[in-house]
Amino acid sequence: MTQIKSLADLKALKSNIQEKMDTRAKGNKDGLVAVKVAMATCGIAAGAKQVFDYFLTECEKRHIDIVLTQTGCMGYCHAEPTIEVTLPGKEPIVFGYVDTQKADEIIEKYIKNGELVDGIIPVNYETVQKN
Amino acid sequence: MHLLVCGGTGCSASQSAKIVENLQLELKRQGQEDVQVILTGCFGFCEKGPIVKVMPDNTFYTEVKPEDAGEIVAEHVIKGRKVTRLLYTDPENKEHISDSKHMGFYKKQLRIALRNCGFIDPENIDEYVANDGYAAVAKVLTEMSAEQVIEEIKLSGLRGRGGGGFPTGLKWEIASKNHADQKYVVCNADEGDPGAFMDRSILEGDPHSVIEAMTINGFAIGATKGLIYIRAEYPLAIHRLQIAIGQAREYGLLGKNIFGSGFDFDIELRYGAGAFVCGEETALIHSMEGLRGEPTFKPPFPAQSGYLGKPTNVNNVETYANIPIIILKGANWFNKIGTEKSKGTKVFALAGQINNVGLIEVPMGITLREVIYEIGGGIKNGRAFKAVQTGGPSGGCLTEKHLDTPIDYDNLIAAGSMMGSGGMVVMDDTSCMVSIAKFYLEFTVEESCGKCTPCRVGNKRLHEILEKITKGNGTMEDLDALRNLAAVIKDTALCGLGQTSPNPVLSTLDNFGDEYLEHVKDKKCRAGVCKSLMKYVIDPEACVGCTACARNCPVNAIAGEKKMPHVINTELCIKCGACIERCKFNAISIK
Repeated sequence: MTQIKSLADLKALKSNIQEKMDTRAKGNKDGLVAVKVAMATCGIAAGAKQVFDYFLTECEKRHIDIVLTQTGCMGYCHAEPTIEVTLPGKEPIVFGYVDTQKADEIIEKYIKNGELVDGIIPVNYETVQKN
Repeated sequence: MHLLVCGGTGCSASQSAKIVENLQLELKRQGQEDVQVILTGCFGFCEKGPIVKVMPDNTFYTEVKPEDAGEIVAEHVIKGRKVTRLLYTDPENKEHISDSKHMGFYKKQLRIALRNCGFIDPENIDEYVANDGYAAVAKVLTEMSAEQVIEEIKLSGLRGRGGGGFPTGLKWEIASKNHADQKYVVCNADEGDPGAFMDRSILEGDPHSVIEAMTINGFAIGATKGLIYIRAEYPLAIHRLQIAIGQAREYGLLGKNIFGSGFDFDIELRYGAGAFVCGEETALIHSMEGLRGEPTFKPPFPAQSGYLGKPTNVNNVETYANIPIIILKGANWFNKIGTEKSKGTKVFALAGQINNVGLIEVPMGITLREVIYEIGGGIKNGRAFKAVQTGGPSGGCLTEKHLDTPIDYDNLIAAGSMMGSGGMVVMDDTSCMVSIAKFYLEFTVEESCGKCTPCRVGNKRLHEILEKITKGNGTMEDLDALRNLAAVIKDTALCGLGQTSPNPVLSTLDNFGDEYLEHVKDKKCRAGVCKSLMKYVIDPEACVGCTACARNCPVNAIAGEKKMPHVINTELCIKCGACIERCKFNAISIK
């Protein structure tokens, strides 16, 4: 890894990664679906790891290219495990109470056909806009 | 097209299931079968429920009734015209707002400390950098002086999020003015309040924000070493911190000559064994030094003589998580959020008898009513709200009359509780307040380090008196004794843990005095929690003499002839409730 020795280095790295993350957040032009699994201790205790593994193996088996990442707590303790799915060009959607059965439904209906399924958690917060 | 119908508890109570059904019927009837109806979780806008949101155009209908389904389908789905009368009306200018994107105001939460949690991959430094990570420390090291940094934090009005609410900028200033060959920056990640887990969530979801903030803190006070004191029972947080520290070192964001500024800073982890008192800063420092985790008298404050006798600045995880964004967006942005004396936001772990249990971040000044009934979606099973406990074992219980009090440090103290680290436990009418006070005292007795007598012995006695009251042996003198003893402990205990430990007793005595009186005078527990005060009775009218209760009583306390009313011998009864479960005729009740 190269060292960051100046503000310019940091900015270069930032814009470089931002591009990659943008494509992840908005779904990239090749049509990759982005899936984030909330994996703090509480999420993992509720079964997030199994859901993460399920997406990993099942999407490969079903030949669906997804960008799968772990992330921290989304705050919806009442609906763990929670995942966020972003289809290319669409707003991110958060699903709650995702077990492997629900994950299967999400893959088959939402990821493949864009059909929503029950269990959506509406985003009820605003995040500070970074500069 | 999708129609999203809120399936939160509040909206379900106002027939949202019927709305789904009607929408589906209407869609079929009007030949729009490709439109899907989806039941969602709570929108956090229960006041105006039931909510129906139309995607993809984000139209947000409020107070929808089942009979509105036909019109929504005919007008919106088929003709693409919004049903104006169901749109949210701005109470100020009476305008209809249709797009939920313009309805940010209904979103009561604002995420500052949790800005990256659930958004970035915590094990990948690049994702943090892409979200302006390490830009604040870059700005500090290349453009600002230490004095300017402290000034900015002071101006922001940020106060310690660990509970006490000491102004962070002032703390930094004091540490910066004490000169020594070595100073230390310590992150207090010894989160110990029952039910509070915001610090763990931040460390697990956004560890770099704490590392960046500690570096800024080090530069501001002239410290080159940072220590994170974290409980060993947070293994995932530790794991992610280790990864984060390793990645920051590889990038040269920790180590020598950061950003070519000549400033050196590095961070090490120190593990705690999970003692509540080690959240107190002097006890924490002793624990890090390898000594017993016991507090010592202040002064000297850690800023004068802390870790290894050197000037040390201790801040909480959530406090640190706020620092980088304050530097980036400026103190004048931050100090516009919140109330006059409490700026910014606070993260709460919302728990207890509430529908949407969760980790929330709200601006200071929001009311308990908004937190409980909007974000929290109201009380579980439609029961009545009774109290909310804030501040953990150091805090108190607030009641109905405090629901509209804006939440900030000073208001909570004035109401007999405190902010604490952010646990918020909501209770309904099945909670016995004497038992709640007893529960917190049990915790304090368990966690008291035993160094000073008021805390070690006083809390034990408080607990004994509460135990006596819940057993039905309390006297009026006991109530006075509780108050006197609580006052003595408050005045004489050595550290913050001891000084605040009587708060759960005092606040319940103040706010629920009548319940204490009932326990003492009438030997009655209205919530039905205190077993010793309950009496199981068989109604002779309803009892058919089936003998099911008598056969299942583990202590043979029920007697009676077949087909004749039975009687419970209350002397023998152990109040296990087995008889009530067996009785098919609802003949047994608790008096």
